[in-house]
Amino acid sequence: MKSYQAIRTTPAPDSAVVRGPGEVEVRLRVNGATRTMSVEPRVSLLDALRDRLELTGTKKGCNQGACGACTVWVDRRRVLACLTLAISCENREVATIEGLADGDTLHPMQQAFLDADALQCGYCTPGQIMSAVALLAEGHAGDDIEIREWMSGNVCRCAAYPHIRAAIRRVRDEKGSGDAAR
Amino acid sequence: MRPVSYSRVADVGTAIGTVSADPESAFLAGGTTQVDLMRIYVEQPHRLVDISDLPLNQVEELPGGGLRLGGLARMSDVAQEPAVVRRYPMVAEALLLGASPQLRNMATVAGNLMQRVRCSYFRDVAAGCNKRTPGTGCSALDGVNRGHAVLGTSDCCIATHPSDVAVALVALDAVVQTEGPAGRRSIPIDDFFLLPGQTPEQEHPLTHGELVTGIDLPPLPVAATSRYVKIRDRESYEFALASVAVAMSVAGGRIAEIRLALGGVATKPWRARAAERVLDGAPATIEAFTRAAEAELAPAVPHGMNAFKIELARRTMVRALEEMAQREGTA
Repeated sequence: MKSYQAIRTTPAPDSAVVRGPGEVEVRLRVNGATRTMSVEPRVSLLDALRDRLELTGTKKGCNQGACGACTVWVDRRRVLACLTLAISCENREVATIEGLADGDTLHPMQQAFLDADALQCGYCTPGQIMSAVALLAEGHAGDDIEIREWMSGNVCRCAAYPHIRAAIRRVRDEKGSGDAAR
Repeated sequence: MRPVSYSRVADVGTAIGTVSADPESAFLAGGTTQVDLMRIYVEQPHRLVDISDLPLNQVEELPGGGLRLGGLARMSDVAQEPAVVRRYPMVAEALLLGASPQLRNMATVAGNLMQRVRCSYFRDVAAGCNKRTPGTGCSALDGVNRGHAVLGTSDCCIATHPSDVAVALVALDAVVQTEGPAGRRSIPIDDFFLLPGQTPEQEHPLTHGELVTGIDLPPLPVAATSRYVKIRDRESYEFALASVAVAMSVAGGRIAEIRLALGGVATKPWRARAAERVLDGAPATIEAFTRAAEAELAPAVPHGMNAFKIELARRTMVRALEEMAQREGTA
């Protein structure tokens, strides 16, 4: 935190570069790789990932910020891809469920979801896992009450919540895995 | 969603100049309201001006002992800022009791003040709504209005203001800093939110292109003993049915200083001045808390399904004050 210093600015004329509304070239960093695509500015990060980059692990549930199925990381923070415009992610690091495993070795959280039977239909699972890994990195998995509160942005209509919490506890309690987020 | 063009700007002057020059444009920050409402055609700007890169995301010390929350500071960052947690706990609590971790990572505090109502008729372009389309009537008056307001309503609009943190900010007498084509303004937060009256479409005294650059929290020692109590249908990730922000100090069994505001029950974040008048200097007893709550809610007007909110708000106020007094008594 720094001390406040007044900086006086004056409105500048409309000098910003206008892109769109038609398709424009958008370059994204996704799971460490640079991907270029042609999309309209109105296209969400969710639709760009699924329809243009064929990264369909990220799911479209409500498409209005209520369910968490589309949870991805932008600049290492968990966010909702449905309420994020793809074009606004240029110069940022996007990470999805597809980037979580190390080659053929699942991320510990992916393995824990399998071991703890933390899913039924599986539709919310990628979002749950992206949220759960971030949860541990944030340090919000102290006990079940805290896990429940800080996972509340990910809805599971099969109500697999007890097993999801068990999977998170399992990874939390594995030595040295508390900072599993990249 | 309608097609829209996009610009990303790097300085405040260009942001203001660009939006104020184009009546069909809008600022884009966290996007949690803007993208949502564009997708359901409630808002249809032709151009978005992305202000995420502007240097307005810091929490800074103000000369004289206050804090400035940069307009673009994320809810999650402000909630864990040590100076906020220590000096204004009800602000941190209100932030953490709002939305979800993902949304708090996206949404800015200025955007939180600018968010639109969650009234289902406002969000449904097929329904009449004076706020969205002036003159088309208020479908909520005789509709599904369980979540709607009982204070500050008019015959044009009864939509509840959805923010949590704004309730704490109103209790604090925060000041909203703006910058627009006509220069800078400092707007006391109670004046920043307008009652619906006959013009529910006007929610803030801002001109097009005027940007909320920061929110100033004044130095207020009593704010260090404050809390935010939120009652809702489920324990997390839900809007308030009734909420209370309270800062209080007790000396010799009497209330020395009191700040009180309500959320979830009013058309704007509601400073409970009538209750404050009852409580100022009164004994810190349940009897006084109840009298204060009843004084505040005396002008409340129910609309069918939301009548329960009057009693719920009364109980929430009494509980928040009781818990505050107990904490003060054992401090």
